[in-house]
Amino acid sequence: MDKFINMLEINNLHCKIEGKPILKGINLKINKGEIHAIMGPNGSGKSTLANVISGHEDYEITKGNIYFKGQEINELSPEDRAHEGVFLSFQYPVEIPGVTVTNFIKTAINESRKAKGIDEMPSSEMLKKIRAKASLLEIDSNFLSRSLNQGFSGGEKKRNEIFQMAMMEPELAVLDETDSGLDIDALKIVANGVIKCSHEDNSVIVITHYQRLLDYIVPDFVHIVMDGRVVKSGDKDLAKKIEEVGYDWLKKEKS
Amino acid sequence: MAYTEDELKKELETKEYEYGFYTDIDSETFPVGLNEDIVKAISKKKNEPEWMTDWRLDAFKTWKTMKEPEWSNLKYNKPNFQDISYYSAPKKKPDLNSLDEVDPELLKTFDKLGISLDEQKKLSGVAMDIVVDSVSVATTFKHTLEEKGIIFCSISDAIQNHPELVRKHLGTVIPKKDNYYAALNSAVFSDGSFCYIPKGVRCPMELSTYFRINQAGTGQFERTLVIADESSYVSYLEGCTAPSRDENQLHAAVVELIAHDDAEIKYSTVQNWFPGDKNGKGGVFNFVTKRGICHNRSKISWTQVETGSAITWKYPSCILKGNNSIGEFYSIAVTNNFQQADTGTKMIHLGKNTKSTIISKGVSAGKSQNSYRGLVQVSPFAENARNFSQCDSLLMGNDCGAHTFPYIEVQNKTAQIEHEASTSKIGEDQIFYCNQRGIDTEKAIALIVNGFSKEVLNKLPMEFAVEAQKLLEISLEGSVG
Repeated sequence: MDKFINMLEINNLHCKIEGKPILKGINLKINKGEIHAIMGPNGSGKSTLANVISGHEDYEITKGNIYFKGQEINELSPEDRAHEGVFLSFQYPVEIPGVTVTNFIKTAINESRKAKGIDEMPSSEMLKKIRAKASLLEIDSNFLSRSLNQGFSGGEKKRNEIFQMAMMEPELAVLDETDSGLDIDALKIVANGVIKCSHEDNSVIVITHYQRLLDYIVPDFVHIVMDGRVVKSGDKDLAKKIEEVGYDWLKKEKS
Repeated sequence: MAYTEDELKKELETKEYEYGFYTDIDSETFPVGLNEDIVKAISKKKNEPEWMTDWRLDAFKTWKTMKEPEWSNLKYNKPNFQDISYYSAPKKKPDLNSLDEVDPELLKTFDKLGISLDEQKKLSGVAMDIVVDSVSVATTFKHTLEEKGIIFCSISDAIQNHPELVRKHLGTVIPKKDNYYAALNSAVFSDGSFCYIPKGVRCPMELSTYFRINQAGTGQFERTLVIADESSYVSYLEGCTAPSRDENQLHAAVVELIAHDDAEIKYSTVQNWFPGDKNGKGGVFNFVTKRGICHNRSKISWTQVETGSAITWKYPSCILKGNNSIGEFYSIAVTNNFQQADTGTKMIHLGKNTKSTIISKGVSAGKSQNSYRGLVQVSPFAENARNFSQCDSLLMGNDCGAHTFPYIEVQNKTAQIEHEASTSKIGEDQIFYCNQRGIDTEKAIALIVNGFSKEVLNKLPMEFAVEAQKLLEISLEGSVG
């Protein structure tokens, strides 16, 4: 059996939203078991990249390819990508009134199982898993019966995203500014949750503005995105340099 | 491949009405038109006593002087009342003891609807009085109920066998001349259900009636009367499906509930009549008058899931006459394509310490219009009346409408009235969020709408909550915008 090593490969990716080019030739290669950080100034295309990887239909790919586990997924719907193992932790998770956290995650898991031709997860197993993952993220059971993201604090929303990630056990998790809106204690809990879920068979992309998250989730590689391109790649020290001196030197280097 | 909005729309348009079939049952139908002779003929056909015939004739006289109301937020071609046949009954007028004696065609119809009587009998403990067109053909569980002194039968049977009860209560909550459609119903009602729960008796099962409209071009004028005597309890469910037909079918039912001191009536409706096709052709016109009266410390709860009909005009109401009585109204109305609904409630606070709760959820999709219209009235003598109203609307797409017409009339300073309203739209961001978690668009819409409707779905009897949830998913055929 062919064993893939490349989790995600992005070649010369260009994309537009409402006619406006945002990504202008992204190249990225992520192997199994690796953690990559993506940094960059506001408006550089980081969140767009996260959305394009997840298959958001507002973003039109005009050039280039995305391969996931060796398969081209340019045309794959968001739900099919999710079934294949792509997970996006949203920067701004949406509210769904009247749908509890438990009901939502149960539906998500069972829809993915259905797509793979597996029977629904038995309730007892589901419950056990929910308990385990909730305790991992220090979530109490009241939280699970609240309406999804409704009235959640910023920290609760992000914790809920990572809880869903832990439940769905994706092969590729894209964390879009998961650290924004978190105080230091919440940040530690969330980061710790990510670390505990990450292993040699899955990969993580951490999109962030700040170095501090990377103190907890230590990346193997750091990429700087500016104006729709990866302008520099390096190891965790690159993130530290950015934190100290900002992005200006890269602009100069580029020109 | 990704599921685009256009594809969704296309698929929805081609979805046939689930229960759109027509059963060929040998029927006897009156000639079209309405006059005194027809009213008399209906009464005679049903072998009614003179007082009943006179009652009908009086209603007919009143109706002739009345005008069809035009205040609702509905646009439709008024039915031609002289173009309708006012009586249709399965010919083999049955006197049945078991299902074996029922017309096999009819049984097949029930099978298609998934409401096989046998199954119902055995599995769910639901007693049903089935109305096909206008005359009851089968009543189950009668004997179990009889042991408790509960009367559950067709209104025709009640007129024959319990005339004193009918005569005492009929038209006391909704007078003959209450409104145009109620007057019409009073004159020509063909059949319906009657239910009496004696003092102190708790009805051990959900009482359920399945109404169906079967004969093309036949109006349906059911009459339902539920009487809960002191300290009794009953939960009643009506559920409706109808075959898909081209011409508009008029439906003008009247439901009267009477809750004596310390009694409780829970009345739930799942309505799924043919809503018309995607171009707005056909569909049932539903003009219903439903009202209950609460005596001291009694309670009436209306719960409705309205997904069908081309036109819905319906305001299940409570007259809180007794002190410490409680009225509740929980409603989900879903409209799609060209459906129009103008629905809500009236809570009339007359007694002291009366309480009412209104939870109304409207879901509009396609080019439909969905209106909530509600009245909360507190009389000068209703000390410490309390009302809480919540009206939420959910929109799908850009071509539908949601409207709220709350009327609040308070004549007593001690009243506490709260009204909350919200309008939201299913957002593409919500859909994408669900998609990203592996939930496809159709399932996502169902999930969001079920969440939106939860407070009302939770009020339905268990057996029907699942059915109602399914119905929402079927009717939802909305587009996302």
